[in-house]
Amino acid sequence: MGAATEAKSEANIKTVENATCTFCGCLCDDMVLTVDMDAKKITKAKNACVLGKALFLSHEEEDRPFALIDGKPATLKEGVEEAAQILANARFPMFYGMSDTTCEAQRQNVALVDMVGGTIDSTTSVCHGPTGMALQGVGESTATLGEIKNRADLVIYWGGNPAESLPRHFARYAVTAKGMYTPNRKKDRTIVNVDVRRTKSVPVADIFIQVKIGADFELLWALRALVKGRHVDPNIEKRTGVSLETMKDLVERMKNCRYGVLFFGMGLSMTRGRHFNSAAILSLASDLNEYTHFIATPMRGHGNVTGADIVVSWQTGYPFGVNFSRGYPKFNPGEFTATDMFVRGDADAGLILASDPGSNFTQAAIDHMKKIPMIVLDPKLTHTAKLARVAFTTSHYGINTGGTAYRSDGVPIELRPCLDSKYPSDEEVIRAIYKRVEQLLKTRKKTKGTNNKRRKAA
Amino acid sequence: MAETMTLIPGRTTKQGVGLLESKFKKQYRDATTTVEINVEDMARLGLKDGCKVRLRSANGVTTVKCTGRKTEDLPTGVLFIAYGPPTSKLMGTDTGASGMPLSKHLEVELERVN
Repeated sequence: MGAATEAKSEANIKTVENATCTFCGCLCDDMVLTVDMDAKKITKAKNACVLGKALFLSHEEEDRPFALIDGKPATLKEGVEEAAQILANARFPMFYGMSDTTCEAQRQNVALVDMVGGTIDSTTSVCHGPTGMALQGVGESTATLGEIKNRADLVIYWGGNPAESLPRHFARYAVTAKGMYTPNRKKDRTIVNVDVRRTKSVPVADIFIQVKIGADFELLWALRALVKGRHVDPNIEKRTGVSLETMKDLVERMKNCRYGVLFFGMGLSMTRGRHFNSAAILSLASDLNEYTHFIATPMRGHGNVTGADIVVSWQTGYPFGVNFSRGYPKFNPGEFTATDMFVRGDADAGLILASDPGSNFTQAAIDHMKKIPMIVLDPKLTHTAKLARVAFTTSHYGINTGGTAYRSDGVPIELRPCLDSKYPSDEEVIRAIYKRVEQLLKTRKKTKGTNNKRRKAA
Repeated sequence: MAETMTLIPGRTTKQGVGLLESKFKKQYRDATTTVEINVEDMARLGLKDGCKVRLRSANGVTTVKCTGRKTEDLPTGVLFIAYGPPTSKLMGTDTGASGMPLSKHLEVELERVN
């Protein structure tokens, strides 16, 4: 990461070096952006992948109202007032999202949910939430992507498709990247891919192991047994689709590598077994440390979903699914997670920050969101914004707004915005709502106190 | 006649690029309403690329277009689709006390829509 440099030419073209792409968890911070300041457009995004190019080159500030209330244009102040009234009057509000905004906005969101005694959850709960639960139980042998780039000579991708979801993962960190102890790039590494289908990530692999659908846990547990020298019945192939011979070969490679890494995706955390699958792969990495250095780390999708885990953890002690009803934080996935609270009909209001559950949550949850007053903050019109009582248009983090985001390995990266926006940042809107809710709650407390005195006097 | 298959929703590049443009435009809509089917299954069911099929899970039903994938890429009996509004209709609601509804490996019935 070098210093950002800006140069202006006669055509009012600005170049921003070392900008960060916030689309996925790779958070590539080597973007060179060419910006036409008159047209307010990014015209080139050097080093960006197909998704990064789409992020930067399709960026256009839409001419939308600052806020919509029940679908009608409103001012920012009117939107803030309506949102504050909703939250001040709610008994069990759910605050959800946060994976595509800055840590500064996430922090302010935690302060707001704390003040109103609500529940906060991030997109982690429908991504690697089960992994978050697993690592609390079995621990985590981990490393930064930089360390992996420099040292790993055995890289195993399991249940994920980075070629489509994290396109620069191979070139920047783990397959063709030139590292300190891997100077010959892919020639110095063995790449293994384990999946239920042949994805676009498979061609980079030296070895592809196709596991039967729903048998990841069994395969991982059999590998653990082999690592520990236990007997495994050859019939394991019938259950997993993988021969004992293939398993033994993989175990030998894992035990004899210099530095191994298991990258795992939602093929483990979203399927039957959930946190048990994640615990199995984390435990396999721990077991292997008796022989060599081995780590296991989840591949994270959204730009700052890792930041959401980190901010909520440092503020509350827990990564997601946290409730403040009793005045202190309580963590309970299944009870205080967004899907559950919406499906059961528990939440009586919602604030969705930089996320679109209206397009990807289970239908029963979406149906409940339609029944309750929802508040949405997003730069774009989304399915959730369409069903919301109050929808704010905010500026885009990383392009219009600076701040901090965490890469999927927990490394914080400072964002370098390149264009101004007329819209406020998520943080500014949340701060404004916080201030107004605080006033409303103080007034209510005073009124309650006066009424109690009157009752006692009467 | 409906056949029971396993549906894997997941991410794709087209879906990612589409959502950056707009979730209400053609690219995203096309990406999230096209299910990939093994070509042998397609031939057996008399389906061709672009045919509409109905997917029904224990939780809901949706109609999408189909496209073929070779057997070495997608095993028989397995379907793949990009995440999006159609998959929301099929996902489960029980998170098993984890916060995560089962979102992959969904058992669905597939039938041709004439």
